[in-house]
Amino acid sequence: MAKPKLALYWAASCGGCEIAVLDTELEILKIADFFDIVFWPCAMDFKYDDVRALADGEITLTLFNGAIRSSENYEIAKLLRQKSVVLCAFGSCASDGCIPGLANLTTLEAIQRYVYEDSPSTVNLEKIRPQTEWTVPAGTLRLPRLWNTVRTLPQVVDVDYIIPGCPPQPDRIKEVVAAVMDILKNDKPLPPKGTVLGADVRACCEECPRKRDVKKLKKFVRPHEIVQDPEICLLEQGMVCMGPATRAGCGAKCVQAGVPCRGCYGPPANVRDQGAKMASAIAGVIDSDDPAEVQALIDSIPDSVGTFYRFTLPSSTLRRRQP
Amino acid sequence: MSFEPKLVGFLCNWCSYTGADLAGTARMKYPPNLRVIRVMCSGRVDPNFVLEALARGADGVLVLGCHPGDCHYSEGNYKCQRRVPLTKKLAEQMGIDPRRIRLEWVSASEGARFTQVVTEFTEQVRALGPLHLADWTFDSTSADAQLAHESR
Repeated sequence: MAKPKLALYWAASCGGCEIAVLDTELEILKIADFFDIVFWPCAMDFKYDDVRALADGEITLTLFNGAIRSSENYEIAKLLRQKSVVLCAFGSCASDGCIPGLANLTTLEAIQRYVYEDSPSTVNLEKIRPQTEWTVPAGTLRLPRLWNTVRTLPQVVDVDYIIPGCPPQPDRIKEVVAAVMDILKNDKPLPPKGTVLGADVRACCEECPRKRDVKKLKKFVRPHEIVQDPEICLLEQGMVCMGPATRAGCGAKCVQAGVPCRGCYGPPANVRDQGAKMASAIAGVIDSDDPAEVQALIDSIPDSVGTFYRFTLPSSTLRRRQP
Repeated sequence: MSFEPKLVGFLCNWCSYTGADLAGTARMKYPPNLRVIRVMCSGRVDPNFVLEALARGADGVLVLGCHPGDCHYSEGNYKCQRRVPLTKKLAEQMGIDPRRIRLEWVSASEGARFTQVVTEFTEQVRALGPLHLADWTFDSTSADAQLAHESR
């Protein structure tokens, strides 16, 4: 029997998801042995035309990481959707927009103006900007066009499963891959479409070993401003920890190292908007009934959208800043 | 034609909804722009309810609850009093005028106050104009046309 075909792609991402795949260590050899890897631009030499040459549905599984922020990302997302039986949004960028999605707090024009004109190390007296089309004697050259708004993979194509995390933890990747191999080898049924794989349905707090008591906040602090108690809940100590509004699955690694949860696994099951849920949770535990004091406490949270929506701005209810 | 704002109101079951009912039975007049959703307590109003209303076409969101000290569940309105300012802050950072979101206290006997709040808020949002969320939905047709143009 021919090996099932596997594709891995990166769109607008940092490459961390690719590292996470390699961090599965010896498991990667089993993956390479079980699957025929037909496309993996980060690690192996393939061209887009190699994918175009495949029949529709010829790829058994595509793990797609990265957000959609250019015409190229969108084109390849559509191509891989067409060629794959199962398309999986792999990692926070593909599922929720992640850090590249914070570009939705500004505009493409503002980003390009800063990068090509205003940044301190740039000298560009003629204010030259990259062009998407340029004619030379040999013909016309074309580059992909950047979008003003960053989108998630499920917002542009039909997605079968989601593996969240920034990046997905290698142990969870191993579990998912083992489950996929088991399904393929033993002809088992697939989980229902839309299932979030390699993660829990509950909140990160459920995995957190820290002691929780009564949350009553009179002050917000940043991690470097206090000497931490190693055993008490970080939120109770005044740090903005995203645990209550974040999906479990990572093993609560950050909080165990004394760093508040940043929310990379996205919202737990049944929560649509991670940032709004966090705002609800954190406002609920502010210990004051005086409107002026409440306002002062709220104003002391630096960059509330950037903090509450660090990983989920494009998949949130409002998706982007309005001009 | 003047702009008629679409407003969504989250009214607490015990005070404000009864206050609105009183305004109705007393045949007090107020603008018809408010669509009322009854909730058991203003403390039930999750920030996402407000954001979702705005994202789905509301031009403004009004949250009405019992006066401080009067909450049927003793502290729900205090929670609301902390959530609404934070919701406004999120909205403002997302480029939405925070004056489109308003929290007021209306008791069961304040039918007149209910009409006054709705009238004021309607005029305020009318002055702010319609809320059109730019780039909010993904128009794959135009994206596909763009792509076809680029890969000629």
